[in-house]
This record gives sequence, structure tokens and C-alpha cells, in this order.
Amino acid sequence: MAHNNDFDHVAGNGLINRRHLLELGLAGLGAAATGSALAAEATPAIQPWQKTPGPGPSGYGAPSPATAHLQRLAATPNSAAPGTGSSRTPLQHLRGTLTPNSLHFERHHSGVPAIDPAQHQLVIHGLVAQPLVFSYEDLLAYPLHSRVYFLECSGNSGANTAPNPDDGTAASLHGLLSCAEWTGVSLSTLLDQAGVDPAATWVTATGADAASMGRSIPLGKAMDDVLIALYQNGEPIRPEQGYPMRLFVPGWEGNVSVKWLTQIKLTDQPANFRDETSRYTDLLADGRSLQFTFPMGVKSLITSPSGQMVLRRQGVHQITGLAWSGHGAIRQVQVSADGGQSWADARLETVNQGLSLTRFHLPWLWQGGPATLQSRATDARGNVQPGRDSWLAQYGANRYHYNAIQSWAVSAQGEVKNVYA
Amino acid sequence: MSMPEVRFVLFGAIIAGGLCACTDSPEVNESALTTTNTAATASALLPSLGQAVSESALRDIDLIVLPDGSNLPEGSGTAAQGQAVYEAKCAACHGVDGTVAIRGVPALAGGSLSAPQPTLTVGSYWPYASTLFDYIRRAMPPTEPKSLSNSEVYQLSAYVLYLNNIIDRDQLMDRSTLPQVPMPNHAGFVDQSAL
Repeated sequence: MAHNNDFDHVAGNGLINRRHLLELGLAGLGAAATGSALAAEATPAIQPWQKTPGPGPSGYGAPSPATAHLQRLAATPNSAAPGTGSSRTPLQHLRGTLTPNSLHFERHHSGVPAIDPAQHQLVIHGLVAQPLVFSYEDLLAYPLHSRVYFLECSGNSGANTAPNPDDGTAASLHGLLSCAEWTGVSLSTLLDQAGVDPAATWVTATGADAASMGRSIPLGKAMDDVLIALYQNGEPIRPEQGYPMRLFVPGWEGNVSVKWLTQIKLTDQPANFRDETSRYTDLLADGRSLQFTFPMGVKSLITSPSGQMVLRRQGVHQITGLAWSGHGAIRQVQVSADGGQSWADARLETVNQGLSLTRFHLPWLWQGGPATLQSRATDARGNVQPGRDSWLAQYGANRYHYNAIQSWAVSAQGEVKNVYA
Repeated sequence: MSMPEVRFVLFGAIIAGGLCACTDSPEVNESALTTTNTAATASALLPSLGQAVSESALRDIDLIVLPDGSNLPEGSGTAAQGQAVYEAKCAACHGVDGTVAIRGVPALAGGSLSAPQPTLTVGSYWPYASTLFDYIRRAMPPTEPKSLSNSEVYQLSAYVLYLNNIIDRDQLMDRSTLPQVPMPNHAGFVDQSAL
């Protein structure tokens, strides 16, 4: 049996050196994982599906029935506001960094419109030399650019601003977060062709949903890296993501990436739409409100072990999670197993491309004692993810743009629970 | 779907390797193009497919009302006129006096920002009256958005302002008066967009 002092500890309460773990080899790992060198012998057998042909190819693939639990967590429908609401990505069940299109989170303000792409039009007008109308087919003929970007709703994780911690999962608490390869036309290309009037300072974007959801974006960002996205992970974007076209504003709060994009109007002032005044603004403790809080703050989250999971064995567990920042690439993720008393650097798995999700890992030896798991991200600009108390001291009753450190408590029974620590 | 009419300059010549019969573009020296990697060359390689449209042809689809009142339409209304429309089309969710908040439906009137649980209403929170017209016209009522006449939208905007004790019951709201309505929390917002 592996003992506690067989491991090279990098921080308190069981965080261990991954290189040491590799040197220890499989035998040591197995012993540590089972807690016994005398595991029952395995009995491999030929299975029924090895004795009969399975079904043939299909038109559009579907996941295994064994993974039927991989569902978005959808809010119950609201008859007073039909079509509004959200569904959340089951972050705790996914690995890697790309979100499958069927599991990308949703947030709708008046449901998903059934758009005929042949009838859909994108109008660019206002403070331009020549107003222009584009069809979906027109946009497909332009040079397309592909980049991997995260998308996070500004209301994500807002449940953790409540006075008492909700006994939730990574999905229920933080699932308004997804990541995909988005492919589309640079908005600047089309704005250049319409001819931006020197008086223009803002761009307003409106969707073709029943709520005509609108947001205002400074012209500087619009001319920088904003896409009119047509593809998501290689296929035409899904209806719930804005088919046939959505704005995609990298790194910024989700709802500026207006779905079902049908109107771009250049103006000399923000429109102050309902969803950038009454909503998505940050009421501070002193009574003032921050408006146009665009880049999503540096943030990370341990996705496993995470809320409502149960550790069923003592031994080495792989702590893994996601980190991201609307200000640029992730430079460092630290992990603590003792509620922030000591920290160790996690390994960053993915190529560190800015404005996308970065996955991190760190091995952890759990020997049946209580633990509080946390992660803390730092981005390339030096922004450090805040603790919950310091976030609340700044933002008070606000529920948007919550990016504080998530704490998962592990009980002696191995039950993992959302806590404030 | 019909094929798009491609109005390119050099684009077709490049993709067809200079053999395209559908264009009168001069032969393109590809090595000259690759060594002349200027912005002008890059834009010449782009298709230019936007169809010209006049601003006046967009009047019916452009619902955006700016805080200064730009693009507010003709029409007018008072709170007194708006009460019946409100009670028929809004009160079921927002309550007769606009203070009811049910799941997903916010209260419209009353509330305070300084309470332990602040209530963000038109009166306590919204910085501009223009947003009322803009939002009601584009999105309300949720089961039947864009069904109200412009005068009904003015009437409802007036009624919600009246419920918040911001205007009088008979004060006429139109394209010139609505943007002038002083909103109590107008100075409460700090613009972060330059950060």
C-alpha cells in the first residue's frame, strides 16, 4: 500500500507532484487507488455485441444510449414569458475544452425563431456611406475565419451571490459557459464595404427573434475581432445559437453576441436597450451601477470532483477543471485542497489560446479526510481571480459578472458540496 | 436558392485560375499579387455582395430608439389613455399597479435600490425613458410582440411612467416629450465601455 509520505507533496491536504506520480508507476498508482495490493482478479469475457452485427451507418450521428445523462440542464418553462429562459452545459461530464453543439448553453429572450435562411437578411445601415443588405448566401461567399472562443452568460454563477450556498452541480451553478470553434465573416469587412461614417462610435446589433434582442457595442471592438458567425464546430450554427447567423464578440459577456442577427446600425451613442440598462448592469453596494461591463473576468472552476459527486474510493484522484478570461490567455491556475491555506500550480493541458477555455489538471491523494477544493486563475494581463468575500465587498447585491473562486467541500464520506470558504 | 450575383474585382480571376469565362477582368499576375500584400490588394480580393438600400426603405424594420429620441415615430398618448390598454394587455403579469413581480417578469413600478434586496424598476433604476418605448414596441406583450400601434406604445410608456409618479396622468408623450422625461436614476450609471 502506498503511504502518504511516498508522494511528493506540492501543497497541503494531498496535492501531489504529477512528475513524481509518473515515476511511481502503475503498480504504485493501483495500490494507492484501491488502498490494497490484493484486488480481486478480473474475469474478461466475450460480450453479446461481439457475436452479432450492429446497425449500419446513419445520416446524422447520435451519442451512445449509455451517455443519455449528458443533457443540458434546462430551466422549467415560464408561461408568463414564453420562450425565455436558459439551459446549462453539463460541465462536470465533459472533458477537453470544446462543447458539443447539442450541449452548448442557451439563453433566449423570446424563444428560438424558425428562420428560413433564404428569407433572412442582414441590414447594415445608420452612420454609413451606403446602407447594404446581405443574404445568408452572400455571407457564405466571403472569406471565413475560424477561432476557438468561450462564451459565458454574464449571469453565470450568480447563484453563488446568494447568502447561503445552493447545493448545486458544476452545471447548475456555472453551466452558462461553453466553448466552440466559431467560423464566420469579419464584421469589419462588411462595415468597410458599407463605409463607416467618421461620426460613428457605436454599433447596435439586433436579432430576428420575437423580442428583437438588441445590444450596443463600441465601434472599436466591432472593427477589431468581432465575427458574424455562420458555423459552430464545423457545422452551420444551431437554431438555438442563432441560425443562420449570429454576432460573436470574443471574450465579452454572452448576450452582446446577438443571435439571429438581422440588423447592424451604426450610431453616435449607445442605444441603451432594455438589456443593457434594466438588465446586465452591475448595481454596486454604494448604489451606483456599472454599465457596459463587457469583458468577462478571469475565472476558473474545478469540474471534477464537483458538486453532488461522491468519491467512492480513497487514493489518487485527478482534479480537473476549466479556466478562462475575457481579457486574454490564461497564464496560471493554482489549486488548493485545504480551502486556500496552500496552493500548487496545476498543469495547463490545452494550447493557451486567448479567449478560449483552458483545461487544467492536478493529482490529489484523498485519504478520507475532509477537504475544500479550490482553483484560482491568473490571466496574461495579471488579473487574478478574486475570492468570494472580496467580490461581494465590491459588487454587493449585483448578480452579474460573478467570477469569484469556487469552493467544493469534500466530506469524510466523499460527498462533494458547494460551500462558501 | 439562386446563385449569388458575384460582383468581384479580382476574386473570380483568382479562384478560376485566370480561365474564368464569366469575367472581363484582365489576366492576373499571381506573383505580383503575393508580393503586393497591401490592404488595397486584400480588399480587392473580397467579394462585394451587399445590395444597396436606402435608409428610407428601412423605416419599417428599424425599431431602434436612441436616448435622444432619434427614430421615435409619429403618434402620442397619455397615461389616462394608456390605462385601458395596460389593464387589458399588461396587468395580468405586472399587476394593476405595476408592482407585481412573478417568475421571470419584473416589477415595473416602485422599489428602491437601497433596500437589502433592491428592486430594479423603471422608476428606481432605468436611466432613459426612450428605452420604455423601444422595448415595449419591439418585445411586448411577450405573447404578441410588435402588435401594438405606435400610439398605444406611447400610451403604455406614459402609463408606466405615471405608475412610477414620474409624469402626470394627462401629460402627453410623443417623439419630443418622451426623451425629455427626467428619470430618477439617470445619474446612477457609470459607463465601463472604455475600460
